[in-house]
Amino acid sequence: MDWLYILMPIAGVKIFWPGLIILGVGVGVIGGFFGMGGAWMVTPGLNILGFPMAFAIGTDIAHMAGKSLISTMRHGKFGNVDYKLGFIMLVGTVVGFEVGAQMIMWLERIGIVGPVVRWMYLALLALIAWMVFADVAKRRRKEREALAAGKEVDKLATGLEWHKTLHRIKIPPMVTFKQAGITCSAWLPILVSFFTGWLAGILGIGGGLIRMPALIYLVGCPTHVAVGTDLFEVMISGLYGAASYTYKGRTELVAAIIMLVGAAVGAQVGSVATKYIKGYGIRIAFGLAVIGCFISVLLKLIPTYYPPLYTICDVSATILILGLVAAMSTYITVKMVQGAAREVAMKKGKTA
Amino acid sequence: MQLMKRIWIACAVFNLSTQAALAAGGGGEPIVIVADSRKLTGIMAWWANLYNESHVYFTLLTIIIIPVIGVIFGLLADLVMHFVGIDLSSRDLAEH
Repeated sequence: MDWLYILMPIAGVKIFWPGLIILGVGVGVIGGFFGMGGAWMVTPGLNILGFPMAFAIGTDIAHMAGKSLISTMRHGKFGNVDYKLGFIMLVGTVVGFEVGAQMIMWLERIGIVGPVVRWMYLALLALIAWMVFADVAKRRRKEREALAAGKEVDKLATGLEWHKTLHRIKIPPMVTFKQAGITCSAWLPILVSFFTGWLAGILGIGGGLIRMPALIYLVGCPTHVAVGTDLFEVMISGLYGAASYTYKGRTELVAAIIMLVGAAVGAQVGSVATKYIKGYGIRIAFGLAVIGCFISVLLKLIPTYYPPLYTICDVSATILILGLVAAMSTYITVKMVQGAAREVAMKKGKTA
Repeated sequence: MQLMKRIWIACAVFNLSTQAALAAGGGGEPIVIVADSRKLTGIMAWWANLYNESHVYFTLLTIIIIPVIGVIFGLLADLVMHFVGIDLSSRDLAEH
């Protein structure tokens, strides 16, 4: 069974290559569907396959750039990417990320980086999960009230409407984003992207997990446009991150390419699935992914206070993450296949 | 006016914290990793040697290869999905 293992030229470790493809497919599906890089899932996965942690992060970022490019191309064809919004947000993201990274250095010097990052991450994930489910509950209430009044709720109606309040701030220059269908002060996406970039820099993550909900709830993008535009951002920041990690000598391109074989298929499946699943369906699934991430971070935090629980918590976190990747990617793939089958059958019906 | 005042205060606080963070940055000695190319042959050995000789060329090639492979895989998947009969040019749903 030696042929199932490949010697990585830089890291010098032998890796089970089918594992890389399977991991690539799973996170490709999830990334293309939710508009995130999925570093919190890939890095532990690569680590389990045998990569040292520094190489796991660098390789993950390198494959993330390629995977996001594939997803962005697909979402772009569906009209889900607002490039103008993406470019404006890029400025805030890059500056915010660097400030966040510098702040981490400062926290490291005063010796509180670990607890601050972990607790901040947990608080943020809890906030995002609350936002998603509060939004879903509010939207459902609106639907019930409309139904009781014998009306139908507006297709564009949302539960949480914070973006409407933020759109009332009219500090020039005002900008219209056609694809997202919004007009607001240019400072809104810049400040939001600076904030999300800063958080991503502090937490050491790509930022898709934070930017996607921020695009929906703060900027006011429709779900599909938020997913597509976020992927565009992930693609650019992924390339920047890949260059940075590669220059530091921590990227294993061979592994990234093998993962891309799987991720190319997965990213297509995830992106096409957004065609068949409604915006609120995506939001609910995203909320569940955030809860999974929250639990996995919590499991990694517990042993710092109760060291005897290290092994059990570590194993549980790994099982949870890999189980979540498997369950979510299977669900999305099934929905995509069902939707595609319906579409093909309808086309055949029309031509017959 | 009240709102504008709050925004300006928030911006000022953020700006100050940003400058403080930038001023406080620092770093340690980087760890140098050398790829062991003795067990490798062909393109893998060449790749490992390139890593050892120049991180700049290694980075440049990586940054070129990743998007190129992404585009190739993306176009291949386009062809397959078109062949299956999936419409890749439009999305009917327009709700939030």
